[in-house]
Amino acid sequence: MRHHKLTAKIVILYIILILVAIIMILPFYMMFVMSTLKTNEIYSFPPHLWFGTNLAANWANMLKQVDIVRAFGNSLFVTCSYTFLCLLFCSMGGYAFATYDFPGKKQLFTVLLTTMMIPFTAGIIPWFIMMSKFGWLNTFRALIIPSCANAFGIFWMRQYCQNNVPISLREAAKIDGCSEWTIFFRVIAPILIPAYSALGIMQFVNTWNDFMQPLMILRTPQMFTLPLALKSMVSDRGNDYGAIMLASTCAVLPLLVAFLCASKFFMSGLTAGAVKE
Amino acid sequence: MSSVKTAVPVTNNNRNQNAFLKALYKYRVAYVYIAPFFILFAIFNLYPIVAGFGLSFFRWDGMSKLHFIGIENYLNLFKDVLFWKATGNTLLIGIIAHIPILLGGLALAHILNSKLVRGENIFKTIYFMPMVTSSVAISIIFMQLFSNNYGLINWFVSVFGGEKVNWLGGDGSLIKVAVIVMFAWKWIGWNMVIYLAGMQGISQDIYEAAEIDGASSGQTLFRITIPLLKPIILFTLVQSTIGMFNLFTEPFILTNSSWTGGINNGGLTVMMYLLNKAPQGGNAYGYASAVAYIITLFIVVISTIFNKVFEEKDDEQKMAKGRKKA
Repeated sequence: MRHHKLTAKIVILYIILILVAIIMILPFYMMFVMSTLKTNEIYSFPPHLWFGTNLAANWANMLKQVDIVRAFGNSLFVTCSYTFLCLLFCSMGGYAFATYDFPGKKQLFTVLLTTMMIPFTAGIIPWFIMMSKFGWLNTFRALIIPSCANAFGIFWMRQYCQNNVPISLREAAKIDGCSEWTIFFRVIAPILIPAYSALGIMQFVNTWNDFMQPLMILRTPQMFTLPLALKSMVSDRGNDYGAIMLASTCAVLPLLVAFLCASKFFMSGLTAGAVKE
Repeated sequence: MSSVKTAVPVTNNNRNQNAFLKALYKYRVAYVYIAPFFILFAIFNLYPIVAGFGLSFFRWDGMSKLHFIGIENYLNLFKDVLFWKATGNTLLIGIIAHIPILLGGLALAHILNSKLVRGENIFKTIYFMPMVTSSVAISIIFMQLFSNNYGLINWFVSVFGGEKVNWLGGDGSLIKVAVIVMFAWKWIGWNMVIYLAGMQGISQDIYEAAEIDGASSGQTLFRITIPLLKPIILFTLVQSTIGMFNLFTEPFILTNSSWTGGINNGGLTVMMYLLNKAPQGGNAYGYASAVAYIITLFIVVISTIFNKVFEEKDDEQKMAKGRKKA
């Protein structure tokens, strides 16, 4: 009897898990389906639930509306530059806080921790005014430079360095005649690769999908990143949904495929900071 | 330069300065390493935050001279019906959406942690997918799913014998349902993965002891797991609260890029209200700064309340020592 009860329980648990999984997958599935449908097939009821044959035409229509290749390039440029600078500055800062002794270290680190608690919203208006005074509106600089050295990243890199970088390593390299920069890039940086990949994934995903900052900064279509290009396709009436869904697929698919290939990496990167190492 | 300096009597101030410069030079490597953060933070974060507070006491259109008006911006803000509408919408969406992402996240994590089911990684991966997806793309998809005449959701409604519901139209209030669904859909996996990691960090000994004492699965969840997960739950709560106040993209896209939240301001959120005052739409920079500070205040107050509520009591701290490192 007990055995039957347990089997029933397991079945119910699986049903719950699978039901939630279907809910999570369904929007993606519908996006793929709709990107292969004609617009009048999308505007029909009941909805089409299987793939159509209009992919090529949707592709042509999409290219008429937005320069998706350019938007893709813009997104890639902004995201890669930002992520690169962020990793460089955060690892430098975290490494210094973890392994060097210098006057004011404690106080500066407290300042750094405090800055993590201030929401950026408080300064958003002066930040925007500053960007326009600098002449940084409609430039990628405004999206890359202001926040590329972030407190969380330094905090996180410091934790990693404390656990993985022995101070004696630097002393040994110094005796061998290496300069500080050589030590950092040749000896320390390779040790930090796991930390780089986790923090890098977090910054990459967030920047790639960011909408609000690009919306405030970027003005002309040739500067648009993917989310902005997507938004520009949606208007009050006469939406070509097949093309829009295909563009959405273009924006979503690269990261989604990367995620499915290395989901453990992504999950640990994107939840970094939540669970103590 | 240095010879001149030795000629004059060294004052205290001078000596301090010298010591400071010497320290700066001696430890220059470390200072150079941490400098980028502090310089960039001072220019691009600290200065705007301080300036924003100052600016909130002025009337300024971005071009002409600043007008000092005291706390008038704040008074006007509190008198603005639209601001309260935006606050109400944001809180309503946030509070209702937190039910599925908290309880659902915990329940799913508990199921996957229970050893009765397999395929933990597959389910985790599937639930986490929305977190790597652009909010704009998600919003566009859900806009179609929630569409009145052709949407999948209304098809389900009609299959189960209901009348089609005009989610995105009508009197504008049902748009909040769509936003809540999207918010929950996006965040539940993130919460679940974090809770699961936390659960797997709890020592198995405690569970075995509970099992010997005859505790049921529900009892272990509410009496052992959740109390031990408090710090982690607090973290997710604070994060999603910040996410709630930053809520903008989803209602913005769902209402066809309307800066006022669509019909009857049904989808207006505080972040949208802020951006609509300046720089998108209006030029009320002083007023917008006041709005930004009030939103920040909301976030700080709510986070503090959560911290107080979740403050660990002594006996719980003793129990927490049973946690092994995750």
